[in-house]
Amino acid sequence: MRIDFTVNGRPQEADDVWEGESLLYVLRERLGLPGSKNACEQGECGSCTVRLDGVPVCACLVAAGQVQGRDVVTVEGLADFARQRSGGSPEVTGTGSRTGEGGALAPIQQAFLDAGAVQCGFCTPGLLVAADEMLERNPDPTDADIREALSGNLCRCTGYEKIMDAVRLAAARQSEEG
Amino acid sequence: MDFLRPASWEEALAAKAEHPAAVPIAGGTDVMVEINFDHRRPEHLMDLNRIGDLEEWEVGEDSVRLGASVPYSRIMEHLRTELPGLALAAHTVASPQIRNRGGVGGNLGTSSPAGDAHPALLAAGAEVEAESVRGSRRIPIDAFYTGVKRNALAPDELIRAVHIEKAGGPQQYSKVGTRNAMVIAVCAFGLALHPETRTVRTGIGSAAPTPVRARTAEEFLEAALEEGGFWDNGKIITPSLAGRFADLCAAACSPIDDVRGTAGYRRHAVGVMARRTLTWTWESYRGARRTTEGAA
Repeated sequence: MRIDFTVNGRPQEADDVWEGESLLYVLRERLGLPGSKNACEQGECGSCTVRLDGVPVCACLVAAGQVQGRDVVTVEGLADFARQRSGGSPEVTGTGSRTGEGGALAPIQQAFLDAGAVQCGFCTPGLLVAADEMLERNPDPTDADIREALSGNLCRCTGYEKIMDAVRLAAARQSEEG
Repeated sequence: MDFLRPASWEEALAAKAEHPAAVPIAGGTDVMVEINFDHRRPEHLMDLNRIGDLEEWEVGEDSVRLGASVPYSRIMEHLRTELPGLALAAHTVASPQIRNRGGVGGNLGTSSPAGDAHPALLAAGAEVEAESVRGSRRIPIDAFYTGVKRNALAPDELIRAVHIEKAGGPQQYSKVGTRNAMVIAVCAFGLALHPETRTVRTGIGSAAPTPVRARTAEEFLEAALEEGGFWDNGKIITPSLAGRFADLCAAACSPIDDVRGTAGYRRHAVGVMARRTLTWTWESYRGARRTTEGAA
């Protein structure tokens, strides 16, 4: 079947999609967006977290056919998404939905780098999408809020303390700017 | 495999009548895992996300009509007052990502004994609104679970909503697992006090082939509360009374040993949760009573 939907602000179509396929498979294997990671395929690890109509979801648990006509933001589009949210215009460079390459980073991405919250990097995309959404909703989170918002994302390097640092850093920078 | 995308409830019922084996999918929590792991290859997958009504709820005088696909995150956010037990249960479901898509309809449709909503529904009192092209009916929650991952739905029926009694008293929910998030219950327990009818209701999850109530325990507690005038005098529940209630709740289980825990552990844990939730709800009832009397 054919699926038309929006990814990172750009209309996309995927052809010959198998009816039992997940959104994650479509993103990675058909649209060339491997940022969302494929690990558990059962909603357990959060590595495939994307925004579906603004809401963080596990892309592995969304059937491809369910995204027809809907709006998806992946980690590749996070910088653009954050820029537009803060009133900036979308970056005109970049091709297709593969934004983010060589471009500026979203504040949450920069905070992860600065805090040393990236080890092997596999869980990072999902954590970035989840953390960014929490900071959008809750600009001044407590540690408990952060832990709760990220409770669906597993890091097997066990770098949780640095990840907490990164989210606190992003929140602090956000409130300084705001 | 065919992917069906009914745009309305009527279209969904017609499709289910034509293809009774069609598997409905909303949040995908259970269905997509089975497909991803090649455990299931339905001929028809039917997307319910296009039917907006399923994500709505209405608060009535005595009950809440909860659309089958109302995500757990909305239940936590909006229905904590009316459905405190279910809101607590919703908070224990998996992770924020899953709670953003999954709803009670899916828990009921799967009818796993480990479904997090079941003990809360059993304790509060609920009816499942099932519909087919033949008509609509309400299935009492006590008659809904018929076996391991089996329920009272006919092949052509879909779950449209759940009617849950609004809380008339304190409710609690407790779940045992290895961590707070992303845990399939080792076992779970729901308790609701219904002061207006002077009854109590329980729900046990993951400790029997289906979610069950501990009816003997409920009857014992109701009789003991009545006899001691507890509802009126607001006395503290004695340890021996709570202990007996806990034992009877544990006795209502028929658990198995599996990877998540042993039968003995489950029975023990259900007893512990029964005692704790009884103390929590009763203290809350006494507190509310004191406030009312103080104001009078």
